[in-house]
Amino acid sequence: MYNKSTVIPGLFLFLAIVSFPLWNNALGGKPRHSPDPKLPTDMKQCVESKEYMRDYHMQLVDRWRDEVVREAKRETISIAGVHYHKSLSGTCMKCHSSKKDFCDQCHDYLGVAPYCWDCHTFPKEKTK
Amino acid sequence: MIVNRRELLKKAGLAGLSVIGGSALYQLISGDRVLAELKNSPSKSTRWAMIIDMKKCARDPGCADCMDACHRAHNVPTIADPKREIKWIWKENFSHAFPELENEYIREDLKQQKFIVLCNHCDNPPCVRVCPTQATWKREDGIVMMDMHRCIGCRYCMAACPYGSRSFNWMDPRKALAEDQINPDFPTRTKGVVEKCDLCAERVDEGKIPVCVEACKEKALIFGNLSDPSSEVRKVLSGRFTIRRKPELGTRPEVYYLV
Repeated sequence: MYNKSTVIPGLFLFLAIVSFPLWNNALGGKPRHSPDPKLPTDMKQCVESKEYMRDYHMQLVDRWRDEVVREAKRETISIAGVHYHKSLSGTCMKCHSSKKDFCDQCHDYLGVAPYCWDCHTFPKEKTK
Repeated sequence: MIVNRRELLKKAGLAGLSVIGGSALYQLISGDRVLAELKNSPSKSTRWAMIIDMKKCARDPGCADCMDACHRAHNVPTIADPKREIKWIWKENFSHAFPELENEYIREDLKQQKFIVLCNHCDNPPCVRVCPTQATWKREDGIVMMDMHRCIGCRYCMAACPYGSRSFNWMDPRKALAEDQINPDFPTRTKGVVEKCDLCAERVDEGKIPVCVEACKEKALIFGNLSDPSSEVRKVLSGRFTIRRKPELGTRPEVYYLV
């Protein structure tokens, strides 16, 4: 084999650089960034349980969309005796009033870009 | 009897032809039912329709209350370029709105007047027939609805609509809307979808009347249920002569004009 003295250390160096994120996280212990969605303080109850909402909020919103738009089933849903419309902007965003502090936290972390916001409005972010 | 291969093929072919030919002949005789049916499909309990009284509308030619109310409620942007404009409810000359009724010696007031036009919510909507994704469809109550989530922006519906009631979003409509102008209760649209008047389905479902009807101070717009014989629309239609836009195309438009 030609240039054994440079090729073999070079290969190891290459592997070390490529696997940098893995061993850096393993040695560092904690990931540098983790999502931190801020929950509303004045409201205790959501449409479903926290676990359900965390896993299935997209299916729930899709179901609402189909019921409202395609089936004209606009009857309200009830949370703790209060009636709400099946509406992303009108109901979800009433409590989760900051898209930046709530929705974007996980969406950005996971690299998903739901196109809800291309059309649906969200409350104006408060500038701190 | 011995049937050889050639005979069998001949007979089978003849039998097949007679079956296909028979159904084709039947279709030829019975005609194209879709085009021939010019009356409404009956028996639905609700069939929303609108009447526009152009005599009342003419009292204030400069008025645009119905349009302003609609555009505000539905976040319809005002884009000057006619190739990119978004239209839900707008004004049109008589000769453009009713090209087949126009003639040289027609009443002078009709020639001058601007007609209020919008989606006709046809009973036989051509836009629905061509939509490849069922993003537009006719609801049970007759409203021709749009589902922006499904629209792929192919614009077949725009080619099919003989009234020009559909508009394509060539750009992000939010760029043409002032931020304080956006109604947060109604979504805007996005680049690449087709939109049109939805007869305020979101309000009608809650028992309200469309915003344009509500906004008209002259009460020139009448909204109601065609299936209810005691409704105002039925009373007006049975009492006065009305015209519709291009009814000869067989679309069965459900916006009527009193002229």
